[in-house]
Amino acid sequence: MYVAVKGGEAAIDNAHRLLAHARRGDPAVPELATEQIAEQMSLLVDRVMTEGSLYDRQLAALALKQARGDLIEAVFLVRAFRTTLPRFGYSEPVDTARMELRRRISATYKDLPGGQVLGPTFDYTHRLLDFMLMANGEAPVAPAEVEVQPDEDGTPRVTDLLDAEGLIEASSALQDEAPVGDLTREPLNFPAERDLRLQALARGDEGFVLALGYSTQRGYGRTHPFVGEVRVGEVEVEFTPQELGFPVPLGRLTVTECQMISQFKGSAAVPPQFTRGYGLVFGQSERKAMAMSLVDRSLRARELGEDVVAPAQDEEFVLSHADNLQATGFVEHLKLPHYVDFQAELDLVRRMRAEHERAQATHLSEAAE
Amino acid sequence: MSALALGFADQVTNAQQIFGAVMNAFACPGSLQPLPSDLDPPRPLSPELAAIALALADHEAPIWIDARLAAEPAVAEFLRFHTGATIVSRPEEAAFALVADPERSLPVERFALGTAEYPDRSTTLVFAVSDLSEAEGWRLTGPGIPGSRIFLASPWPRGLADIVRANRTLFPRGLDVLLAAPDCVVGLPRTTRLVEEI
Amino acid sequence: MSTHVSAAASPEAGYNFAYLDEQTKRMIRRAILKAIAIPGYQVPFASREMPMPYGWGTGGVQVTASILGRDDVLKVIDQGSDDTTNAVSIRKFFERTASVRTTTHTREATVIQTRHRIPEETLREGQVIVYQVPIPEPLRFLEPRETETRKLHALAEYGLMHVKLYEDIARHGHIATTYAYPVEVAGRYIMDPSPTPKFDNPKMHLMAALQLFGAGREKRIYAIPPYTEVRSLDFEDHPFRIQTFKDPCALCAATGVYLDEVIMDDRGGRMFVCSDSDFCEERRSAGHRGSMLADAPAALTGDSTHA
Repeated sequence: MYVAVKGGEAAIDNAHRLLAHARRGDPAVPELATEQIAEQMSLLVDRVMTEGSLYDRQLAALALKQARGDLIEAVFLVRAFRTTLPRFGYSEPVDTARMELRRRISATYKDLPGGQVLGPTFDYTHRLLDFMLMANGEAPVAPAEVEVQPDEDGTPRVTDLLDAEGLIEASSALQDEAPVGDLTREPLNFPAERDLRLQALARGDEGFVLALGYSTQRGYGRTHPFVGEVRVGEVEVEFTPQELGFPVPLGRLTVTECQMISQFKGSAAVPPQFTRGYGLVFGQSERKAMAMSLVDRSLRARELGEDVVAPAQDEEFVLSHADNLQATGFVEHLKLPHYVDFQAELDLVRRMRAEHERAQATHLSEAAE
Repeated sequence: MSALALGFADQVTNAQQIFGAVMNAFACPGSLQPLPSDLDPPRPLSPELAAIALALADHEAPIWIDARLAAEPAVAEFLRFHTGATIVSRPEEAAFALVADPERSLPVERFALGTAEYPDRSTTLVFAVSDLSEAEGWRLTGPGIPGSRIFLASPWPRGLADIVRANRTLFPRGLDVLLAAPDCVVGLPRTTRLVEEI
Repeated sequence: MSTHVSAAASPEAGYNFAYLDEQTKRMIRRAILKAIAIPGYQVPFASREMPMPYGWGTGGVQVTASILGRDDVLKVIDQGSDDTTNAVSIRKFFERTASVRTTTHTREATVIQTRHRIPEETLREGQVIVYQVPIPEPLRFLEPRETETRKLHALAEYGLMHVKLYEDIARHGHIATTYAYPVEVAGRYIMDPSPTPKFDNPKMHLMAALQLFGAGREKRIYAIPPYTEVRSLDFEDHPFRIQTFKDPCALCAATGVYLDEVIMDDRGGRMFVCSDSDFCEERRSAGHRGSMLADAPAALTGDSTHA
């Protein structure tokens, strides 16, 4: 009945208790262990790690458990934790050519050095609910592992093969010795360079990036893309301590990389050649890596002298709205009290209505005369 | 190599106190703000200059030092060790410029003034002086000053009046100035005007 | 509701004083210094992810965390009140992470973090008021591009804003902006005062306290030094006017203060009460009585059971 403007403190405490209760659900059902989440909800964990910008399966699993499975809430928990971690330095660039492959496909070549590796994929499954899983079926037997033996120099990327022929633009990262920017340590200013754009897309909301990538396929900034290669596997992260002067391995990450090959007609100065769109995410998420590579390519419109006409080419639009924490925060903050502002608007609308009525009355009486 | 002089005894508290003094100095230009420094840095770096550098500089905010400070290698070593900041030789790259010899002229025109779109990307000059007073000297006006305020630094840093006058025409670009004497600091942000000498 | 300055419990283990690490604080502190030196100019800063959502005051919280010292006394208000849920939550955050003393009394506070209001009591020298800001760019709704608005500020090209306000006058007979009403600071930058009602704009002019503004999601910090001219934009033939209320506060009989409308029932019954709850309580304890004080529900007056 009454607007409770008092008692906020007690209300918050109660809400937290209710939340804890709701999170647990029916106590008759066994509690989920974070290991179970990490092992059996692994793709969800991957997504939390990617959008949370923190590679830690156990923490991501814990965040999912605490967040009752709400993805953005879990990303939020991980990011808030990440903020408090000290920064010791920057790793060496990861070399994905040396990736230990779990999956590798190319849509541009039937066969290629290193071969195609289908790996664990939903791609050719029939999407039929498997009621055996509901009945807690037995652990499926793993097929005999096919050892993918990369040679000494790793498995060359498709774009490297095109590069050898000069058919694809040189990778800009190789030309550029400038230090890589860090979205989480410096304010994002526009125009933003590709390093920052890629960071923003990598940690950006999968749904948002997917929709934008899709829009480029439907004509809003077409890029004529081909999947040069998607590869999933483990890479080594190395760090060079100043006092040592040579890189030492820190650990391994599972990543998904997508190299999208797009058409470019060339210009007076540059002969026709293919251009690159790039995507890299933690864990296995081909959808995100592919969408990211489409949007990356679209965002290079300015650099490649293309007209910026579609949302996916507009870096201020894309980068300002890709982060789901920022988006959900600002959308959901509307449920915070706004009664001071609303009061001001209420007052204005009442005043304007009164003026309107007065004007109408004058109009009527004038008409009657 | 002699033992390196110590940094803040209590990093969190000391850095906050020094920042607080500098913030109030800029918020209330010309007023003397207490600046307690328990540092004993290698001379000619004064304890106050050292405190301001340790509180505000780091690897994202490079430091430039004047010739007198540069002549004593222990100074750069101390600053590098405790702040992680790069000691730059090009004034335009400096977030903070530390000046131990205020009577010698500075390459004023080379410090970063910021740009019209990003006027915040400018150097803050920090002068060590021996004395600051509110009793006599220059009359100041501008944001942060109710009416006007009197202030004097001795020695009066060479070229300071020109810097302040240039700030007026350059605004919103400009150089912000701190003057640190034993145990106190005065701020002259780029909005402050020198009206007259009293 | 505490009537005295209260000491807080011990700070949260495992986190630095006031949550932020020292490097982050230095980065924010440098931004604050430049913001003070260039009044009304929005300094970009590398806003961190905070443990509360964007939109809940992450900018204000980062500014407060960076300026707070162990001896500070903190007051947090939302919609003018210390007891709204978000104000409680932010106050608790600082009690836990910085173990600073907190208060509800405006005059006892050294740092006041606010969302949407400026306290009725005149702020004094030495106090700092930290505003939570959702959209720091006053030109944003006229020009969505940051690259463009930055140019407009650089050139002090504010014609767009004047045109917008004048269109209001042409259409409605008066300026139809009631909150986040744009101001000109120290004769140079046009600034968004955050979504405070325009009623509060005059309090910003020549305020003795330092005013800091933090926008976390938009990664901007700006400031107004004490005793700085703050002019609400207007026209000679349509001077700036603040909202007025017909009746005094129904609880404490204050006039000339901002009032919230409280709906009493579903038959159109309503009352108007001070938005600044501390101001209202102090007046009541000094014996001022509004016309409906006797009938007001405890949820409004604060005479409820909780401490």
